[in-house]
Amino acid sequence: MRVGIPRGLFFYHLYPQWKSFFNNLGWEVTTSPPTHKTMASAGILAAVSEACFPVKVLYGHILELAAQEVDWIFMPRLVSIERRSYICPKFMGIPDMLRAQIPGLPPLIDLCIDVSRDERDLFRELDNWAKKVGLKPGRVRKAWLDSTQATHALEAICRQGHTLEGGIRIWEGKPLVRSVPGDLAIGVLGHCYTLNDRLISLGLFERLREMGASAVTNEMLDPLEVEEAAARLPKRVFWTVGRKMVGTALLLNQDEKIDGLIYLTCFGCGPDSMMAKIIERRMNKPFMLLTVDEHSGEAGVVTRLEAFCDMLRRQRRLGLENNLSAYGEFLYSH
Amino acid sequence: MRITFPHMGNSYIAISALLKELGLEVVIPPPCSKRTLELGVRYSPEFVCLPLKINLGNYLEAMDRGANAILMAGGWGPCRFGYYAQVERDILQDLGRDFNMVIIEAPDSQLWSLLNQVRQMGIRASWFQVWSGIRLAWEKLKAIDSLEAQQHYWLPRVIDKSRCERIISRGLKSVDNCCESRRITEALDKVTRELSGLVRDPDNGDPVRIGLVGEIYTLLEPFANYDLERHLGRMGAEVVRSVNLTQWVNDHIFGGFLPAAPSLHATLSLARPYLQYWVGGHGRETVASTVCYARQELDGVIQVAPLTCMPEIVAQSVLTRVQEAEGIPVMTMYFDEHAGEAGIITRLEAFLDMIRWRKNKMGDTDAQNIPGSRRRFC
Repeated sequence: MRVGIPRGLFFYHLYPQWKSFFNNLGWEVTTSPPTHKTMASAGILAAVSEACFPVKVLYGHILELAAQEVDWIFMPRLVSIERRSYICPKFMGIPDMLRAQIPGLPPLIDLCIDVSRDERDLFRELDNWAKKVGLKPGRVRKAWLDSTQATHALEAICRQGHTLEGGIRIWEGKPLVRSVPGDLAIGVLGHCYTLNDRLISLGLFERLREMGASAVTNEMLDPLEVEEAAARLPKRVFWTVGRKMVGTALLLNQDEKIDGLIYLTCFGCGPDSMMAKIIERRMNKPFMLLTVDEHSGEAGVVTRLEAFCDMLRRQRRLGLENNLSAYGEFLYSH
Repeated sequence: MRITFPHMGNSYIAISALLKELGLEVVIPPPCSKRTLELGVRYSPEFVCLPLKINLGNYLEAMDRGANAILMAGGWGPCRFGYYAQVERDILQDLGRDFNMVIIEAPDSQLWSLLNQVRQMGIRASWFQVWSGIRLAWEKLKAIDSLEAQQHYWLPRVIDKSRCERIISRGLKSVDNCCESRRITEALDKVTRELSGLVRDPDNGDPVRIGLVGEIYTLLEPFANYDLERHLGRMGAEVVRSVNLTQWVNDHIFGGFLPAAPSLHATLSLARPYLQYWVGGHGRETVASTVCYARQELDGVIQVAPLTCMPEIVAQSVLTRVQEAEGIPVMTMYFDEHAGEAGIITRLEAFLDMIRWRKNKMGDTDAQNIPGSRRRFC
């Protein structure tokens, strides 16, 4: 059996786990190549225009896999990957969206991953799937439980200062370009699939590296500390990524080594539209919200990043310790 | 405490009745206007969905009229609405406003926990007052629904459409003023009498029927959908709306406990072949209602939602298949602060022209050969 895993959405968090799950079952796994322009264009044509760019890119990956020789495409319905939290409504409907809009799709493995209430829901789902494909439920459960090791391994790699994309490369045993630490340290916030896809993020991490800034992301921090910081909000954030972003931002805000924060979001992202506001008003450090979509030009993003880095360096050079607005009043609300 | 709350269509009639019965001083925000939207847009995050922007405008205008407390609902996702109150409170605090925010976190189908929350709001109302307040508000909700349904029915069928609208809005006003359920019934009877006295349009005895599905706020708040229902009615189309207030309150606050309102949950299974899971908001209801309308042989469906509404984007993607498989034309309209009424009217006219053309052709004997019929629609 050959399973195709699209390189989109939560691929960057869960690919190692998914790969080991299918390998444990003795299935072969293949992925779509890194996003390229033609693939993205195909995705844009296939999806509704209101969908966010990462979803359109995912459509492109699915089309790419559909053209390959795969028996199955693995596209789980990611409802919830932790208690009482969701990711995004689109993640909950994506297998149905794909089936409705892509004719001639290879069969999907649309496991419904929902642990918002209980782990048992997931195991029941795995049992059902096992019966459907003619495997022993016990074997599938074991394969799944064993595969969670891979996620822990990826997390451990990332904690040493790697982005998820870099972490996956290391996990796969591929060589990694070691970067020289820059003179600036910038906290980078955003969904894993925007930050780690070079086409969507317009090469944000490389750009920052070229400008002498090292990026600090959520994965490099202690998850418990992030969770504690996020708990300072009056109401618990019910989006997994949103809560991580708030925690990361609040944590980095106190960190003296961090010079500023950049929040990369895609146009139309629901959770980000709210979280950016929540974070922005709690920041004491320079903060930039960068919105991208399929129409974004690389030059524009580079200009904004350069300006941001210049500003941070200037601030440091002049020893400006306060962040008083030159305008004389708080400007966010205008 | 002078309490206010955001507008959602005519719901203010019932909400203010309930709050007044509980002994609170209520400030109803001025009706949504351009100014409301401008205020809201100025202070909201740029890419947030339209309801939050209008909410914020409502609060600011109500505060200008002396409100110092806000009543708002919460939720636990994945739709953005669940975090609305938090963001709104942040924004208003940044503006230096002094206020108290009362957030009712939707208790999952627990009537008693709702009542407890009401008590915890510091309201010293007796249980009897709470009960009679809820009863009056419920009667008013039913009256609003009935008036809206009458407007949907009569507007396309009568010649003097302005008069029909006046009768309805007079009816709403008298329901708003009633303090007893007996008076509400009387007001409704009066409206029904007046409406049936109107001269009918002989050319539009059997109007096309359009189902309205989508996100609840955009469906119920005429200001958010640029008066979509009224435009459709004036163009001679009868509107059938998938959500109404009583049903929503019953499903979400009373957990389907009240027998009076038909529950949307009953139709949900219709979505199953197309959308196998709930997706937050009203995404699954949208798909289910569309299927339901196709089976009831309505002539077309319009899906409305605020721009970037996540659950409705899922529904929209799925509806592309529903309209082919069930043979019903579907048009999706997204609204934000940049929509223009003229553009919306043009789209509606074009949609109705197409639907009427299709309906006439379908009446012919060889309807199967027409490109627009049953199988392939778009």
